[in-house]
Amino acid sequence: MSAGPLSPAALRKTALYGVHRQLGAKMVDFGGWDMPVEYSGITAEHMAVRTAVGLFDVSHMGDIQFRGPGSLAAIQALSMNDASKLADGQAQYSAMLYPQGTFVDDVLVHKFSNNDYLLVINAGTREKDYQWIRSQVGSFAGLHISDYSDYYTQLAIQGPRAQDTLSKLTAVDLSTVKNYWFTWGTVCGLPNVLIARTGYTGEDGFEIYIPSDEPTSTRVWYEVMEAGEPFGLLPCGLGARNTLRLEAAMALYGHEISEDITLLESGLERFSKLGKSDFLGSQALLAAGPPKRKLVGLEMIERGIARDGYKVLSLEGEAIGYVTSGSPSPYLKKNIALAYVPVALTAPGTEVAVEVRGNPVKAKVVPTPFYRRAKKPAAKPA
Amino acid sequence: MAYPATYRYTKEHEWIEAGGKIGKVGITDYAQNTLGDIVFVDLPKVGSSLEKGKVFGSVESVKAVSDLYSPITGTVTEVNEELATAPEKINTDAHGAWLLKVEIADPKEVDGLLSAADYEKFVKEETH
Repeated sequence: MSAGPLSPAALRKTALYGVHRQLGAKMVDFGGWDMPVEYSGITAEHMAVRTAVGLFDVSHMGDIQFRGPGSLAAIQALSMNDASKLADGQAQYSAMLYPQGTFVDDVLVHKFSNNDYLLVINAGTREKDYQWIRSQVGSFAGLHISDYSDYYTQLAIQGPRAQDTLSKLTAVDLSTVKNYWFTWGTVCGLPNVLIARTGYTGEDGFEIYIPSDEPTSTRVWYEVMEAGEPFGLLPCGLGARNTLRLEAAMALYGHEISEDITLLESGLERFSKLGKSDFLGSQALLAAGPPKRKLVGLEMIERGIARDGYKVLSLEGEAIGYVTSGSPSPYLKKNIALAYVPVALTAPGTEVAVEVRGNPVKAKVVPTPFYRRAKKPAAKPA
Repeated sequence: MAYPATYRYTKEHEWIEAGGKIGKVGITDYAQNTLGDIVFVDLPKVGSSLEKGKVFGSVESVKAVSDLYSPITGTVTEVNEELATAPEKINTDAHGAWLLKVEIADPKEVDGLLSAADYEKFVKEETH
């Protein structure tokens, strides 16, 4: 586990910090936040999400509200995806790009109404994103931007039993909330709680946004744990969060996407309106032509684990790329990775090597995602 | 956690059980607990030389890689093959799941290592 630059006393804490300590979590510095990395073990927590239900504190993420008639225009400029396609109550995955077509951050855009949108952003980029937004659209007419990041405790309830768990705590009929849609309702006696069918695990699940005071946050956390207990709910930390999203080949800012990686290299252009309408970064991307490197999935075929930052080599031993994220896959029981490689080597089945502490270990390019959940009638994609 | 009194320990959280010329080497319960679920062990071949304080291999958990430092100088006589396919045995029984057997070059090196009581004290200070 890497130590951050801040002493433990200087790290930021969510309202649930006391709960994590009480539950015996191992803590880690994540982007300046003192967060739980695991409680009972990454493998157990990962498998709980794949087969039952897991509970995550993701309150460190940021929340930026856009209000006023100028909201849509501002978001269409900032965000690569097409927010005009959203219905009230619908969310979409997107990203904000720099003028050169590289990533400021990825983001979930939620449309409350024509004049009201919520952007959920990464913890490590909260301040950067807010400053970026203010600098690019702050002067737009009819627009008010608010940073509500500290107002919410955000809980993610993820897994095949997530709906069963949350249904015990709300009268909302969750079966009517489709994938990437959201609603409001009373949860654990709290009125007007945002309930979104979103997540970062590749499983069905919900994210709920409740007031961030410690007593409320603590009470709701334990009520969710109790509701999920008969289904095998486990509290889950950032360790399992990472292995779950990696199996689902979901990007992590600073790894698959960053200020040095373009949209076309990342393979995320299907989440953009590139070629249909303009947004910050679109001009540079259209002018740039095809990328020279692309993100692929790798599966180790010789004994060894590819990890973040390891070099990718050709079979001749030449350095040709690097691993953005790599880890053992608890569900698939293989060692997997995402990596940037030259476009000529992106076909599934292509063999490369990963330099694991000085030694080349063979890997092959595989299609992504590595894991896809079985479709269930209760949660059809929007 | 009881650390076996007949073992000796290092500040890098390895243990050695020296029974005459041959010693068994492993990692402590504190180490396996810190690492989490162990998924991979990288050990030297039989016949390899070990040098006290130098890295001789690694142990990997889901989240992290941890170097292994040799407690003593010697030659590897046996490697625990079980750990290639069942590395989680280190998590369930760290003081029983030996990694290597080593022919010890200088038994005095073992005497210089931490006793169980000293190691336990060291661990308490690390975790305050």
